[in-house]
Amino acid sequence: MPKDHGIGASPKRREDIRFLTGAGNYTDDINVNGQAYVHFLRSDVAHGRINAVNTGAAAAMPGVVRIFTGADFEGVGGLPCGWCVTDRHGEPMQEPAHPVLAQGKVRHVGDPIAAVVAETAEQARDAAEAIEVDIEELPAVVDMKAALADGSTKVHDDLTSNLCYDWGFVEENKDAVEQAMQDAAHVTTLELVNNRLIANPMEPRVAIGDYNRATDESTLYTTSQNPHVIRLLMGAFVLGIPEHKLRVIAPDVGGGFGTKIFHYGEEAFCTFAAKAINRPVKWTASRSEAFMSDAHGRDHVTRIELALDKDNNFTAVRTETYANMGAYLSTFAPSVPTWLHGTLMAGNYKTPVVYVNVKAVFTNTVPVDAYRGAGRPEATFQLERVIDKAARELGVDPIALRRQNFITEFPYATPVAVEYDTGDYHGTMDALEKIADLSGFEARRKESEARGKLRGLGVNCYIEACGIAPSNLVGQLGARAGLYESATVRVNATGGLVVMTGSHSHGQGHETSFPQVIAEMIGIDESMVEIVHGDTANTPMGMGTYGSRSLAVGGSAMVRATEKIINKAKKIAAHLMEAAEADIELKDGQFSVAGTDKSVAWGDVTLAAYVPHNYPLEDIEPGLEETAFYDPANFTYPSGAYCCEVELDPETGKVTIERFSAADDFGNIVNPMIVDGQVHGGIGQGIGQALLEGCVYDENGQLLSASYMDYAMPRADDVPFYNVDHSSQTPCTHNPLGVKGCGEAGAIGSPPSVVNAVIDALQSGGHDVTHIDMPVSPGRVWAAMQG
Amino acid sequence: MYEFEFVKPGSVADAVTALGEEDAQVLGGGQTLIPTLKQRLASPGKLVSLAGIAEMQGVSTDDAGRICVGGGTVHADVAANAGGYPALAGLAGNIGDPAVRARGTIGGSLANNDPSACYPAAALASGASIVTNAREIAADDYFQGMFTTALDEGEIITEVKFPVPEAANYQKFEQPASRFALVGVFVAKYADGVRVAVTGASQEGVFRWRAAEAALSADFSADAVPEAPAADGMISDLHGTAAYRAHLVAVLTRRAVAACG
Repeated sequence: MPKDHGIGASPKRREDIRFLTGAGNYTDDINVNGQAYVHFLRSDVAHGRINAVNTGAAAAMPGVVRIFTGADFEGVGGLPCGWCVTDRHGEPMQEPAHPVLAQGKVRHVGDPIAAVVAETAEQARDAAEAIEVDIEELPAVVDMKAALADGSTKVHDDLTSNLCYDWGFVEENKDAVEQAMQDAAHVTTLELVNNRLIANPMEPRVAIGDYNRATDESTLYTTSQNPHVIRLLMGAFVLGIPEHKLRVIAPDVGGGFGTKIFHYGEEAFCTFAAKAINRPVKWTASRSEAFMSDAHGRDHVTRIELALDKDNNFTAVRTETYANMGAYLSTFAPSVPTWLHGTLMAGNYKTPVVYVNVKAVFTNTVPVDAYRGAGRPEATFQLERVIDKAARELGVDPIALRRQNFITEFPYATPVAVEYDTGDYHGTMDALEKIADLSGFEARRKESEARGKLRGLGVNCYIEACGIAPSNLVGQLGARAGLYESATVRVNATGGLVVMTGSHSHGQGHETSFPQVIAEMIGIDESMVEIVHGDTANTPMGMGTYGSRSLAVGGSAMVRATEKIINKAKKIAAHLMEAAEADIELKDGQFSVAGTDKSVAWGDVTLAAYVPHNYPLEDIEPGLEETAFYDPANFTYPSGAYCCEVELDPETGKVTIERFSAADDFGNIVNPMIVDGQVHGGIGQGIGQALLEGCVYDENGQLLSASYMDYAMPRADDVPFYNVDHSSQTPCTHNPLGVKGCGEAGAIGSPPSVVNAVIDALQSGGHDVTHIDMPVSPGRVWAAMQG
Repeated sequence: MYEFEFVKPGSVADAVTALGEEDAQVLGGGQTLIPTLKQRLASPGKLVSLAGIAEMQGVSTDDAGRICVGGGTVHADVAANAGGYPALAGLAGNIGDPAVRARGTIGGSLANNDPSACYPAAALASGASIVTNAREIAADDYFQGMFTTALDEGEIITEVKFPVPEAANYQKFEQPASRFALVGVFVAKYADGVRVAVTGASQEGVFRWRAAEAALSADFSADAVPEAPAADGMISDLHGTAAYRAHLVAVLTRRAVAACG
């Protein structure tokens, strides 16, 4: 019987009432009295030297308040990078300046050159068109390998080359991997591209800067996944505003997917300009601007080798990846192809040695940073594709080959520096085999073939490192931030609770799932708990939401704070019942004295805390409010096994997804319905990457996929109904809830099985195709079939 | 968008007068023009909407049995009311999405002559007559290349007359992002021969595949469809190469013939 409340229940999402009825409060819904509007004049060339920016005529246009150029930001900090990667030789990465408005050069289409602040958005746009910009166009560098060739044009003149870093991991294993390759009975090699994606949250980015001259306080309203991080980065590194004079508010946010983690120049500009003109300044991105200014995702070019012994045991993995950084380093860009990617290259398998080499490259393209999964999808895709290719080359069953090499004993220290605490990879594969109805596949294939179609089945496993992250560890790895989380639990006099969390919800349903945890702990109804997030003025310093961390890290902080609340409440209850504190038990919202029929209700205790007439004032303070900061001891390691079944039209090359099954191990689950939704959404994005989405630049750095006319987002009829299963649960051993995180799993776990299924379909039709790069479009499939 | 004046005349004559003014631009359903204006890629001084002209609305049948569609008729109305020409109604019912079909008009589509639009294939394969405020133009003379037609400045499509074939079918292979036709083939079988019109594929816009027409006029069967036409002159972009489009022309023609039954 499923639970109807508390942990494990699936109450409907309370936030959906406002989201679905148009009552949300998104940043663009906010208008500050007296606000002016900014329009950014953006570069239409990928690379060029700015000779002159003449704003004279534009400044005289109707409604123009002020025009800013790069010169206005001389002496102001640039956008900081939050992670420094150390290269194979112990040297820090090359780190270029990233000005708020371009200075000297433009380096990608969309790079902002000037900003017009005017009375209306249309007037700002009109005036921006009147700015005369003299740009000497320079050759653009788009292809990563060309960017590293001798004599290549440099994106940044003051760097030695376009190489950000050349990272080796684990460098000490390099020779052992080479030896294993030489000793192998079989080596399978695969070259592939992990396609560049544009995140496309439904809500484009918005920023409003506001300045109070009387108090010298700045406020930024912004579409962010982590308002405290923005406050720290922008305040400390860009504008020099101390935290107590800077408030960042990220209200309802319409989807993030990673691209709203980062600190963007538009945020700094609005905050800066509001003070400069002493008026609020608002910016709302158009969808076209989103395409050319939101950080993109993925964009790896990889060669992977898998070595096996004569018994088909994996003996080594070696990969070489070129990772596109774009024109500047976005906030966490350097960490994505390294620590979020290399550390996952063992996958679910007991491969004894692994070596990962990553060359991060600057190009004249939009900066690339974390996008749902961030590094882990890239690791999973190459590993699970090469395993499938190896199975085919060796003539063995791809599931059996995986099972043979599964890690089965935990904790397990991988050769790539992480320790998996728990997992049951056979368990998730068993669950998958059930829900995917593998035994019925051959009949389905025959039915497809009778209609002239090819049918293919693809399977993959995944492992991810979530619950980001132990601060001391990531500090050693180059993070310039801690990655704990915070919560303040405030109990009101009449027993209701408000939880102020450092996590941020931009679609994840925290307002519903977090109260389930507290309600379970105290034994009260969830409706007594309210979640507050997204405002640095009323939440403790927190690191925000990404990396599937909210419940595992933010939820753990909330549990710790609630434990403090309960401990204090027990002291009060003991006083009220004249009993020993050690004898007090809390169940179903009642404090009772063990072994007696004496009890007081939760509400009596909370009232006593605020009306302390009968209260142990000599021992404890009045009030009931506690804060906790939680820093995880390890990452969490969700894992799973996915299966995709496709039908392929051999005449047109069109692939349709007929069945998709996902068996995940997320440890303990708080709200199964929300978990289902997270998995569904993630798989939708993974299918989008696998079949549809591709960000394409031409050789001059012009963005060809610059609108929905050419950038294919998955639509409802592109995806099937999903079979999902979470019955395999190995709780995390090091956080109080035993949870692992589920936000990224679908996006990480789904692309390989889609491509594996396409290859299987083609092979079944006698086509000797071993790989097709994503997006696996009909044209690419047809071309591959032509040989 | 830039500022413009807006008028909504109630008759073709008034519309023609309004369009005689400098910088005036005709507005059909706005499915191409409005996004263009929003992107500031056009700056007409005056928009002349045809949406208020009752005489340009609706689907009827003339004495010759032709299906006659008013130039201002939206796709949804054609889908619902052109049952006398099922392939035409089916094509209209699969253009864009419901919002597009509620606003987009046949006259607007034919006047724009987007190389990936559906209606040009129907008009050309049907040997339709494009009726304007000034004259009647045969479809074979009307389409003159990508975004180019026989229309003069200020000329308005008031009606399109479709001879109803014995059998017809339209096959659209959608470009995955826009869902316009990556390639679309309209096959129409008349007593005096078969016409095959192809959209989405050629750099010259919609065209008749004469080799297929000849073969199918002799033998109207899927097996009679010739090998794919030459890829020269076909569109090549990030969604498909010229060779792929040429291949699809033959595949879709076969499917259209097969679907004719």
